[in-house]
Amino acid sequence: MMTRVLQYIGQVVAYGGFIIFVGYLSAAPAYVHLQPGQAQIKLSFSHAGKPVSECRERSDEELARLAPNMRVRKVCPRERSGVAVVLEVDDKLLYSDILQPSGLKKDGTSTTYRKFTVKAGKYKIKIKLKDDFRKSTTIKDVSKLNAGDFNYTYSRKVYLGAGKIMVIDFNKEADGFVFSF
Amino acid sequence: MLERTQRSGRRLFEWVEAGFNRIGGHRWNPFYQLGALSFFFFWIITVSGLYLYIFFRTGTTAAYESVEYLTIDQWYLGGVMRSLHRYASDAFVVTIVLHILREFFIGRYRYFRWFSWVTGVPLLWLTFAAGIGGYWLVWDSLAQYIAITTAEWLDWLPFLTDPIARNFLNQASMSDRFFSLLSFLHIAIPLFLLLGMWIHIQRMTLPRSNPTRILAVGTISALLVLSFILPATSQEPANLDNLVFTVNLDWFYLNFYPLLDKWSAGSIWALVFGVTLLLVVMPWLPPHKPEPVAVVDLENCNGCGRCFDDCPFGAVDMFPRTDNLPFSHEAVVDSALCASCGICVGSCPTATPFRRATALVPGIDMPQLKIADIRDKTVQAAEKLTGHDRVIVYGCRNGTDINRLQGSGVAVISLPCISALPPSFIDFVIARGHAEGVFLTGCQQGDCYYRLGIDWTEQRIAGLRDPALRKKVPRERVATCWSGPVGFARQKAELVSFRAQLLEMGPNRRNGAIINKTDTPDSKGG
Repeated sequence: MMTRVLQYIGQVVAYGGFIIFVGYLSAAPAYVHLQPGQAQIKLSFSHAGKPVSECRERSDEELARLAPNMRVRKVCPRERSGVAVVLEVDDKLLYSDILQPSGLKKDGTSTTYRKFTVKAGKYKIKIKLKDDFRKSTTIKDVSKLNAGDFNYTYSRKVYLGAGKIMVIDFNKEADGFVFSF
Repeated sequence: MLERTQRSGRRLFEWVEAGFNRIGGHRWNPFYQLGALSFFFFWIITVSGLYLYIFFRTGTTAAYESVEYLTIDQWYLGGVMRSLHRYASDAFVVTIVLHILREFFIGRYRYFRWFSWVTGVPLLWLTFAAGIGGYWLVWDSLAQYIAITTAEWLDWLPFLTDPIARNFLNQASMSDRFFSLLSFLHIAIPLFLLLGMWIHIQRMTLPRSNPTRILAVGTISALLVLSFILPATSQEPANLDNLVFTVNLDWFYLNFYPLLDKWSAGSIWALVFGVTLLLVVMPWLPPHKPEPVAVVDLENCNGCGRCFDDCPFGAVDMFPRTDNLPFSHEAVVDSALCASCGICVGSCPTATPFRRATALVPGIDMPQLKIADIRDKTVQAAEKLTGHDRVIVYGCRNGTDINRLQGSGVAVISLPCISALPPSFIDFVIARGHAEGVFLTGCQQGDCYYRLGIDWTEQRIAGLRDPALRKKVPRERVATCWSGPVGFARQKAELVSFRAQLLEMGPNRRNGAIINKTDTPDSKGG
């Protein structure tokens, strides 16, 4: 009888241990992902650079060699320019890259997604973009570019509150960079 | 190194399991039913999930609100269902991990078992995908953290042109349709998981996919208690315009997420793919030559199909006869599935040691331990025995080292599985006076290394399964002890007690006369 009671107690303890184990690890211990007082700058866009060379017109001989339904005089290159981007915070370089276009023929968009965790506070943000490299361009390093080489430049002072996220996107239709908080 | 790790791990499991056996017996012991428990948790998750799905609304704010409604307004049912859904999912991971570790330590993943092992690997991926996806649906701050971290992690793979993480840039970038996709995936992935679980057990005969009632009732009661005392709740609603600083992670599913903050996404992918690859190739590491498999002797096979019925791994199949003997079928062994356990030999009615007119060649036999060898070993071992409480111990090699039981009155014969012993051997030993009793021992009850060996042996002795032990064999002269590899003390004590019982009963008698082994033809080398 005593053994039976002890067995029942043992089973209750086993089930108790099981639910404590499952119940606790199901939501604890808490994980501190970011420290209080931090804010974040997210730079992300998907933008197709300009074609790497000018469109040209086919000669009559060239047109004659094509099938009748393909005889379009103006022909443009599929390949797109890479997109150079530079992000400066308080005049210090935070990020720079030349983003290559996607696709086997390099005819897709250049995309980026970067996030930077900073202390909350006031910042001067400057961002530059160049999307019109020519096919003959051999520049691989953004630092080799001059300020005048960029065809989009945007600068503004922002206040990033603790826990806030500022997103910098690029929208050609909106005439360049879009900041959202 | 590998063997040492396995030995240590196995010892740890055996020690814990012995404790569980003491408090609830083998039918309650969850360690013997980890696979079945995983199925059980899957069904709890399914039923509770179906209920939650009725009330769940897709949408950036509707998702959170509908879960809050279930948790707070409908706490008595919706809240309990949500908690059951959460905790059963967590328990599902616990039983899966224990199942993998246990099979690894016991060594039940090589040779013929490779299929079950390898088909289990994708189930891990599906389990985690389903679990992590479930957390997204709540759309609280934890979901926000998981969504962004997962998207950033997936974006490392060079498959997508546009980063997935761009969908979570800010509140404005979120779409209600995203939740429709998520809820679809949260149903589709578990369906694939179920299909995978079904494939996982395909090579088992009579797979155990339900735990015993006592364990099922106890487990669901425990989960219900947990659901009432610690209901699953949401964290703050997600707001993609704000950062998430602290999250209460579910460490069963999200344990590797903190690593994503410390290591690069590529390193985590390397780790995940590396572990997956290692798991897939493990059955062949290091390469070993498997044991010889069962061999059918057509001249002695009458196509009765008992080996087909008893094989725990479906390695024996019955095909139309290919010789001229007047039977409709013959047994055929699939060597890729054969475990070399010998259970088929134990089930073969032609594997009888009484057979004397012709050489003892049964319809199916194990090349490494032929049935004729077992008979010879039995006779030779019995000849050395003295006293009036002589016992022949037949033991399975996956139990204790039965050689430690050997003595002047005790002979031991080791078998691959206890069920490899045809019941006629028990009859043979007692009826021919080779010993006063037969002691059968092996794995722990409920945890047969070859799954069904103990069940078949007990059913054969009880006369419930063919080939059955003859009714006239005195059952009091047959003892079984399913003590497992750590039960030597119990085994020894039960053997001592059995021998004392045999002494009390006196010598074997037939028609009132004492059976003397020297009167039997076996003693002359038969």
